[in-house]
Amino acid sequence: MGKPRDQFLADAAGATADASQRGFLRQALGGYYANRDAQKARYRDWEQARDAAALAKWNAVNRLDRTLTTFATNFERNGGKVHWARDGAEARAIISRICREAGAKAVIKSKCMTTEEIHLNDALEAEGYGVVESDLGEFIQQLRKEPPFHFVFPCMHLKREAISDLFTRHLGTAATDSPEELTMIARRHLRQLYVDADVGISGANFLVAETGQVSITENEGNARLTCALPRVHIALAGIEKVVDKLDDLALLLPMLATAGAGQPMTCYNTLYAGPRQPGEPDGPTAFHVVLLDNKRTALLADPEQRDALHCIRCGACLNVCPIFKNIGGFAYGTTYQGPIGSVLTPHLRGLRNWNHLSEASSLCGACTEACPVRIDLHHHLLRNRRNAARAHATWFDRVFHATFGWVIARPRVFALGGRIFRATLPLLRRLPVPYLRSWLRTRELPAPPARSFRDEWKETRP
Amino acid sequence: MEGDTSVSSARDDILARIKEALRLPAPKPHATAGSDTPGRAWMPEAGTNEADRIQLLADNLAKLRAQLVRVPDLAAATAALADLARSKCWKRVAYHAHADISAVAEGLGCETWSVDEGFDKQRLEGCDAGLTACEAIVAQTGSILVSSAGNGGRALSILPHAHVVVARKEQVVGDLTDAFALTRQRHGDRMPSMLSFITGPSRTGDIERILVLGAHGPKELVLILVG
Repeated sequence: MGKPRDQFLADAAGATADASQRGFLRQALGGYYANRDAQKARYRDWEQARDAAALAKWNAVNRLDRTLTTFATNFERNGGKVHWARDGAEARAIISRICREAGAKAVIKSKCMTTEEIHLNDALEAEGYGVVESDLGEFIQQLRKEPPFHFVFPCMHLKREAISDLFTRHLGTAATDSPEELTMIARRHLRQLYVDADVGISGANFLVAETGQVSITENEGNARLTCALPRVHIALAGIEKVVDKLDDLALLLPMLATAGAGQPMTCYNTLYAGPRQPGEPDGPTAFHVVLLDNKRTALLADPEQRDALHCIRCGACLNVCPIFKNIGGFAYGTTYQGPIGSVLTPHLRGLRNWNHLSEASSLCGACTEACPVRIDLHHHLLRNRRNAARAHATWFDRVFHATFGWVIARPRVFALGGRIFRATLPLLRRLPVPYLRSWLRTRELPAPPARSFRDEWKETRP
Repeated sequence: MEGDTSVSSARDDILARIKEALRLPAPKPHATAGSDTPGRAWMPEAGTNEADRIQLLADNLAKLRAQLVRVPDLAAATAALADLARSKCWKRVAYHAHADISAVAEGLGCETWSVDEGFDKQRLEGCDAGLTACEAIVAQTGSILVSSAGNGGRALSILPHAHVVVARKEQVVGDLTDAFALTRQRHGDRMPSMLSFITGPSRTGDIERILVLGAHGPKELVLILVG
């Protein structure tokens, strides 16, 4: 109880105090803003494209029972096998059973936040499989035994020296300060591992109901290799990833790249329909997709915030968020960081312990403005606050609001209260009033005015 | 089997939860369709005629640091590829059976072999370049669409250190919607097991957000456009 909140406050305070790390983050994001704006300017109408993208996701999510079954039917018609998992434990059990039945030893993975959500690597490693992350950022984070810092840019907090040291320690390579050379070290190391792996595990960016295809977006080519060389391919996907039509991707693939990384398209956008087919020279002989609920249906049941399931995980809301830029990704303590993480996590893990994330926002709305599918992010943070106040009000909230409501309805009592408040204001700094204390720790309390507005109004009114 | 009942009940449970959850409607976003395919009219320019599209493609490929070689005919394509192979000192090039591709591969002055009958992964990894045809080329984004059926499978366009595509200029289309239409026309309901839009050479920005080419896939991407 209360632990995630304490952890958050401590970690956020620590990260915020590290000015050089904050400067580094801002610098790393600088190029992103310029590229994103240049790409957005190429759209004939970015705002209307956002409307169309929002509608495409709305159509799929608001008829999810139909779109999902259509996807499952078509995916199996293509020769794949669909598995349904109510929660993380079921998904882990399904995936480890597939690995066992395939007689697998080595597993190669492409980047997939949903596997982070269900802690898949730990489960597979506990069963003796060698699991290797192939995305460069994820590979680095795996060597560091650290979760991703940002769900699109997993190691954006690291300077090249730290990565060079890490490679020297784990791979025995010579120190270098060249990002290119560091990338080539990882490339050389991983190439053999793709060839040797028995099972490739990927995520899914979109599931196309109409055609039964799984769409995977990436830049490095590691997902392409993961889905080409091993004999079994498993894709883990949240149930909300479905879209109705192939043509929806003509909109969503470019927009995902533009919003997320300032690119016209990411380097590889690949659609997989079933395993290797007759006449094709290579490819896995089995293709499984695991459809994961894991509380997504709880969010679906909230019509007010249902659009959070439209999220295409571009990460744009993190990149523009003043909170993320100051506290970084680790302080959140969640799989999904930033504004979208603060919206989703209370639904996935419980409002009582995770509502503090909704309070870690200035409600500036930068996230909502950045979102390519127009999720009403900052209002959802406000709604989470309201829901938390309704469901789990603290004694302080209850007493404070009841008292305030009583006072504000009685002008004379209010005037008396004002007088008392002005007289005792300097004392407040010393009183153990919840919230106020932490608020005042970094702020100056202004001197109280001599007279109230009401007194002044009485005198100066013509 | 015990496994099967638990699988089907997970499916039924999830679908029941979804139906229950959707009983209350969520407000529908308002969007102006703009054209037959939703949103298409708002996307970046896609060129209205062939010359436009090829110019747009050339601009996009240059920005993506992919190389475009325009040649009048297949003989010129063969010569261009042979030049390229010489200048890069390629020793082994893998390709797949396809009228244009086989013709061009025969003119190469180095070891060439076809992946069609299956291949040793290690051998393909050791190749300097993979030579493929493509399904379509998208002017709007500078993407080359390759498939596992007819373009040499899955690994040929990603495992070798360079990727060379030989295509006809008629294959250049405006946007992704056009590319999907072309693919459907060719394959009907039976989609290839893999369709991949390749937009520039493999890249990463994972280290300090600095762009590095050739992360895991080909470091070089060359499009030889015939016609």
